[in-house]
Amino acid sequence: MEDLRSIVEALIFASEAPLSVDKIVDIIGMADREAVVDILRALEEEYANRNGGFHLSEVAGGYQFRTRADMASWLRKLKGIKPPGLSQAALETLAVVAYRQPVTRQEIEKVRGVDVSGALRGLLEKKLVRMLGRKNVPGKPIIYGTTKRFLEVFNLKDLAELPTLREFQELQE
Amino acid sequence: MTYAIKLDIFEGPLDLLLYLIKKNEVDIYNIPIAVITEQYLNHMELMRSMNLDLAGEYLVLAATLLNIKSKMLLPPEEKEEGEEEQPDPRAELVRQLLEYQTFKEAAFNLGQRTLLERDVFKRGIVPEVKTEPGEELIEVDLFQLVEAFREIVSGLKGEDLLEIDTEKMSLSDRIHEIMERLSVEKSMHFRDLLADVHDRRMIIYTLLAILELMKMRIVKAYQTHAFGPIRIFLAVEE
Repeated sequence: MEDLRSIVEALIFASEAPLSVDKIVDIIGMADREAVVDILRALEEEYANRNGGFHLSEVAGGYQFRTRADMASWLRKLKGIKPPGLSQAALETLAVVAYRQPVTRQEIEKVRGVDVSGALRGLLEKKLVRMLGRKNVPGKPIIYGTTKRFLEVFNLKDLAELPTLREFQELQE
Repeated sequence: MTYAIKLDIFEGPLDLLLYLIKKNEVDIYNIPIAVITEQYLNHMELMRSMNLDLAGEYLVLAATLLNIKSKMLLPPEEKEEGEEEQPDPRAELVRQLLEYQTFKEAAFNLGQRTLLERDVFKRGIVPEVKTEPGEELIEVDLFQLVEAFREIVSGLKGEDLLEIDTEKMSLSDRIHEIMERLSVEKSMHFRDLLADVHDRRMIIYTLLAILELMKMRIVKAYQTHAFGPIRIFLAVEE
């Protein structure tokens, strides 16, 4: 058991992208998925209790070591690069894609009331949004959806973790 | 010299309309169309006078507002027995506004999340760069690069040399050369890349090579402050 725990820890440490449970099970070649999940939970707790500079986060359908949010100012100094901020236009466009996907450009424009081709191009370049295919209506417009990278950047386990639109509507009343 | 200033105050016509509704503290379900339309048109005029590039969408909504206003001025048609009540001419606009407001809220919520590379970081992949305290690197865009290029070219001695084409150099040769230097030095000044280049064609090839490499996301260009020297980095693929 102790061994397995070290293996899982090592795998996550060395992985570029969030590492999924399935991938871990696959690598270790162990049928007992539950045991891996238990180990991940234990590790998550261990790092949380340790209260160090980083912890283990469940994000984008996997696990990843991430620095604590209150360390941000130091890390920005280390990286020396301004974080690529998202403009209001980009965020609004991204929100429509995230909640309405699969969605066409025309549908996004109907919601926002402005041309979104520039914002959409930026999101595609940042790999937050991707083309899913074409809609089977006249003109065969391209349909868009969010990527795994979107979940990773926005610290989401999955899309279901987003608050529902209804919650935002209620906020307005 | 004239400056074209672009103020991103409003994200679009719907955003402007929402702003006016909030400012006047009126009920979104019962918009006083005459007042709001007038203010909307005034704002459009103001933005135009500030030399803002008004997108056609603002005009479309202005037309919609005027259309609703005129409909509301007409006396309601005589209702016959059993006839359905006339729909409120504002209904569709209200629906649109509420929907936009919801997504604006959702967008705000997204921006408030704990963002990777802003609030939290994973193990390093972005190249670490030594900067002076208080200095921040700004990613350089095409225009700054072209400006730097123009400066260098204008600094060249205007000797009229008769050029004899001895070796033919292609763009892809120059790309390979730059990549080779970058893989050794990791980062270098844009100016250094052009230091020993005097041939006009080579200068152009260098610029094109950098642009091509930036487009392919193989290199990135940064500067520490506006008009500062531009450094080219090898972008590490994730």
